[in-house]
Amino acid sequence: MSRQLRIDPIACTGHGLCAELFPERISLDDWGYPLIESGELSAELSEHAQRAVASVSAVAAKRHR
Amino acid sequence: MMLAAQQFPRLLAGLVPGATMSFANHQLIHGPMDLSRHGRAASEHPLLLEIERAGLRGYGGAGFPSATKIAAVAAQQGRPVVVINAMEGESLSGKDMLLIRHLPHLVLDGAIAIAMALRSDRILLAFDSGAAGARRAVERAIAERPERGTPGFPEIVGAPLGAAYLTGQETALVAALNGKAAKPTLTPPYPFERGVSGRPTLISNTETFAQIALIVRHGATWFRGLGSERAPGTRLVTVGGAVARPRVVEVPGGTTVRRLLDASGGVTESLQGLLVGGYAGTWLPPEAIDLALDPLELSEYGASLGPGIVFALGESACPVAEVAAATAWLHRESAGQCGVCINGLGAISAALLELCDDGYHSGSYGEIERWCGLVSGRGACALPDGAAAFVSSAMATFRAEFEQHARHGHCDACLDRRVLPLAGQELLAPRPSRRLVAA
Ligand SMILES: Cc1cc2nc3c(=O)[nH]c(=O)nc-3n(C[C@H](O)[C@H](O)[C@H](O)COP(=O)(O)O)c2cc1C
Ligand code: SF4
Repeated sequence: MSRQLRIDPIACTGHGLCAELFPERISLDDWGYPLIESGELSAELSEHAQRAVASVSAVAAKRHR
Repeated sequence: MMLAAQQFPRLLAGLVPGATMSFANHQLIHGPMDLSRHGRAASEHPLLLEIERAGLRGYGGAGFPSATKIAAVAAQQGRPVVVINAMEGESLSGKDMLLIRHLPHLVLDGAIAIAMALRSDRILLAFDSGAAGARRAVERAIAERPERGTPGFPEIVGAPLGAAYLTGQETALVAALNGKAAKPTLTPPYPFERGVSGRPTLISNTETFAQIALIVRHGATWFRGLGSERAPGTRLVTVGGAVARPRVVEVPGGTTVRRLLDASGGVTESLQGLLVGGYAGTWLPPEAIDLALDPLELSEYGASLGPGIVFALGESACPVAEVAAATAWLHRESAGQCGVCINGLGAISAALLELCDDGYHSGSYGEIERWCGLVSGRGACALPDGAAAFVSSAMATFRAEFEQHARHGHCDACLDRRVLPLAGQELLAPRPSRRLVAA
């Protein structure tokens, strides 16, 4: 099952925690807000993604339509 | 009598400047609306098929196929609400207020036909409470409707709202109609799923409903009888800037920019650029005057007509100062909810304003285009995307002027002229009064 990370831009406070938890796919822009690199997640990456989703309420995993 | 086969203008037929058309005159000009077929399930409703065949696309800015949107509402559980979006937060546009103030029954006809097809019991007409004459026109038009109170017909309610650029954005509009602050919300849920009072909600632009009123009467083949294959029917365009008579004109789809400008009295000075689509639109060089307002032709320039706006920038204005002022305005109009709006648009706007200063330059000019790329698609709504397109197309079209300002600071025109209208701000030069007449 393919999943994609999504940020809720209204809830996001630019804390940067998500990028710390999942640096493989999340970087921060000039102002500290997350930029998500898309692409399939391997099993190992999925674990990191799950960590970010679990810890940061503005990050959600969306199933691909 | 009904409209003759291909009479023109269509929407603006019988318009008397300064007057609101009565229901009786409206019926005389357009004929009655036959809603007798309106007993079927919405998804296979003949009107829906007709709208699809007509190729009707919404006139609120995004140009989304109307039939798809109506069908999405029809497929939901629960009784839908129909919302007429007459907020017209875009200060370069005048068409929606023209329809509401002068031809409200065309708009109400379309909304009633759609509400009945969707078995909706409620139509909300959302408009700017501060627009001169709007409230009176809306109240009178609603009171004049003969269907009022008839079982089986939807109730029509005027909803005057405090206007701001964002109030017309659909999720912000739903929030405002639900009694909350007019700020966009995260989607999904989309308004078609959960909107006003939590019910499935169809939100369309004022002109979209007016066009539907004509499709109900004359059908898709008639609708496509004017305009081009890709831009069927007619549409309203607000023409402003360096033209003799800024106004709203009705034109067949696919008309050239030049014909629009001619219909507005012609240009008053040589042009340095054209803004197509408004503050979420695209700047094009003067050569674009011979472009057809055709979605495909415009898209080759990354442009679209948006809510139907063409603004001609004359030689005497400074494009850098105009774009800087408009961008600062867009930044202030943002809901300030998302990082990209607060910071990204803020940085872009500050860097642009700096170009019109005469003192210290931080050198952030070189970052503007990258920042435009960075803010697009990352807010909860499309405001930053529109602003970014507006700014980056300006920088491409007026490259020499931007470079000049980056090196030498402000020019003379920066200081003493401002021609782009921004709600709540005075222009720096007198603007000819806007007459609203059909061409
Ligand atoms: C910042 C912003 C402002 C908008 N303002 C308006 C508006 O004033 N009037 C309008 O009809 N649509 C406006 N829209 C578009 C609406 O969200 C919506 O797409 C439109 O009302 C749908 O109508 P249509 O399908 O008939 O085009 C705005 C969109 C954005 C992103
Ligand atoms: S993108 Fe900007 S205008 Fe849109 S919701 Fe976010 S902060 Fe508000």
